[in-house]
Amino acid sequence: MRNFLARASVSSLLAVVLALAGSACAKDRARAEASESVAAPPASGVVPTTAPLVIGFIYVGPKGDYGYNQAHAEGAAAVARLPGVKVIEEESVPETVAVQKTMESMATLDGAKLIFPTSFGYFDPHILKMAEKLPGVTFLHCGGLYQEGKHPGNVGSYFGYIDEAQYVAGIVAGLTSKTGKLGFIAAKPIPQVLRNINAFTLGARSVNAKVTTTVVFTGDWSLPVKEAEAANSLIDQGIDVLTMHVDSPKVIVETAERRGVFVSGYHANQAALAPKGYLTGAEWNWAKIYSDYVEHVRAGTPYPHLLRGGLKDGFVKLSPYGPAVTTETQKQADAARAAFMDGSFVLFKGPIKDNTGKVVIPAGTSLAQTDISLEKMSYLVEGVVGKIP
Amino acid sequence: MSTSAGMALTRRQAAWAEAILLPVGAIVASLLLFGLFVAAAGAPPRTVYYQMYRGAFGTWFSLQNTLTRAAPLMLTALCTAIPARLGLIVIGGEGALVAGGLAAAATSMLVPASASPLAAQVAMLLAGFAAGGLWIGLCTGLRALRGVNETISSLLLTYLAVALFNHMVEGPLRDPASLNKPSTPPIGEARMLGHLPGMDVHWGLAFGVVACVLAWVLMDRTTFGFQARMVGGNLRAALLAGLPVRRLLVIAGVLGGGCAGVAGMAEVGAVHGTANASLMAGYGYSGILVAFLARQHALAIVPVALLLGGISASGGLLQRQVGLPDAAVNVLQGILFVVILASESLRGRLAAWRARTSAAPAVTSTAEEVV
Repeated sequence: MRNFLARASVSSLLAVVLALAGSACAKDRARAEASESVAAPPASGVVPTTAPLVIGFIYVGPKGDYGYNQAHAEGAAAVARLPGVKVIEEESVPETVAVQKTMESMATLDGAKLIFPTSFGYFDPHILKMAEKLPGVTFLHCGGLYQEGKHPGNVGSYFGYIDEAQYVAGIVAGLTSKTGKLGFIAAKPIPQVLRNINAFTLGARSVNAKVTTTVVFTGDWSLPVKEAEAANSLIDQGIDVLTMHVDSPKVIVETAERRGVFVSGYHANQAALAPKGYLTGAEWNWAKIYSDYVEHVRAGTPYPHLLRGGLKDGFVKLSPYGPAVTTETQKQADAARAAFMDGSFVLFKGPIKDNTGKVVIPAGTSLAQTDISLEKMSYLVEGVVGKIP
Repeated sequence: MSTSAGMALTRRQAAWAEAILLPVGAIVASLLLFGLFVAAAGAPPRTVYYQMYRGAFGTWFSLQNTLTRAAPLMLTALCTAIPARLGLIVIGGEGALVAGGLAAAATSMLVPASASPLAAQVAMLLAGFAAGGLWIGLCTGLRALRGVNETISSLLLTYLAVALFNHMVEGPLRDPASLNKPSTPPIGEARMLGHLPGMDVHWGLAFGVVACVLAWVLMDRTTFGFQARMVGGNLRAALLAGLPVRRLLVIAGVLGGGCAGVAGMAEVGAVHGTANASLMAGYGYSGILVAFLARQHALAIVPVALLLGGISASGGLLQRQVGLPDAAVNVLQGILFVVILASESLRGRLAAWRARTSAAPAVTSTAEEVV
């Protein structure tokens, strides 16, 4: 009897929801649609003669995470200030079929013509599949994975050489640290993360050859508890500057501030979380990239399908220096930044040894940022304490 | 005689009315509560209801979106629902899903490229089922043989499954070409499961519906199912009756875990085309919610999974059109969960009330026993 009842009752669930929602909306539809069209504002006083260009942004986590997603959301906010566009956003979309449905939903239900799916893992297979299905929509992805001839023509992919900013942040850290011990909390030992660890260490050791960077891999992009544990254990070991490569640096920055050590940020500006100990940080500067892209797409002009750049190209930037950074330190960091800006400095320039003593970049070899071997980095440079798991 | 026949009819009618009124009332109450919540958050409830309908069922695209999201939930819900009929509370569906996905990807690497795609797919399906079944079978087996609490062991084995998965995907099984997102080698376009005919919904949905129907037949229409339910109803009675309780516990674990393993296989075979960290999207945990809302009934899982799939499908529009945070749909899920389970306390009241108003009080207790 119980089973019989259960069956009967739950089979009615769906029908009920349908009926309910249906009757509620029939009345509401006209009003909702009216309010939607009113909600699309003619920005900056320019009354667009045509409908605004609808642009979708998709984030893998919360857009107020003080990290990866916030950096993209700041770029989206800059786009929203452009005239004649309407920005729609969806956060916490996992790298599953859910993101395919979000892209399709933005295109079919919201009329988006340009979509920025911002997580690295959205590209293959999700963006590639949707780009084929929706040829009238342009997809621009963060990760720099586009390959000419292999991927659909309505797809682009961009990325920044944020290791340049990490190098400069390393200089600030190396000059500010009193113990000469720096700490790096990293998610996964993938090439992108190793580049940052190595660049930060090379920067610090360029101003103080005795500095070491102790690295902890947490194993995943967002593990706040493990990140806090790692931060505390590094501080207990005498480390007095922390930095990181995780999706949201929030908990690490807060832990550092509470424990009274310095911290260098990542992805976005976390100075508000550590007003005393925040030195600087390696930040993305998506506002410029996104605004440029939107102009291309709106004008119908060809846009670069593969776009990469560093400090010089405005892809990445440094957080303003915190109160603990001395004028002398600022001068040295600014000099390094200027060298990146005028293109006279190469970050990965031999001789570079790994932390087992093996030469990984021989003397006389300079690897430009575009060098493919940097994309396969699998070592930690001399001065890094720790090993790749 | 005629009086008792009349009473039976009344009881049945009352039960039917209750079967419809309770969940309907619970959902209406949940939606009203959610309306209050969104109003407090500054969004107009009627627009919210409209956008939810539009995002979940309002267009053919939305409906397919809902079906696609419901597919893995049906399979992972069975991982909790089948053992639950034996009185076991298994919450390790995520681990079984991950194990199944890894096994499917590894099997695809082992099957030679010359094999027919169908043979490779069948091998992947069996491997996914076997790995998931092994995972949960281990939990219920430990329960049967050593008295280890299956709730705790299945939860902890999930962490083990995730760690093993990461180790294999970032180590021995890693495709060297997957630089910044460690993955197993792609299974290849030919071996992808593809879509159901005429729909943009992958084969995982068919797996889910078929598995729910088979589980219903097994648990509610066979001797095995009767034995299993007897174990769940009264363990000592089942032992006294000479039922093979240990074997039943292990089999239920294997079947439930196998279903979650198939969900992992479908994610690899129909969505990702490879095994990587994106597989761990929480379907295993959502499945627990579905199983409890369906009150562990295999057929009820299908509409409940559609309901939750619809809620998650509509979440995007709530963010984009109404400006609610992504947690809004979690709030609705939470309200639904609490209200539907709380509404169960009203079950039997209607029959009792009818009986009181129309007949002798003796009937009241009968009605309650039946229900």
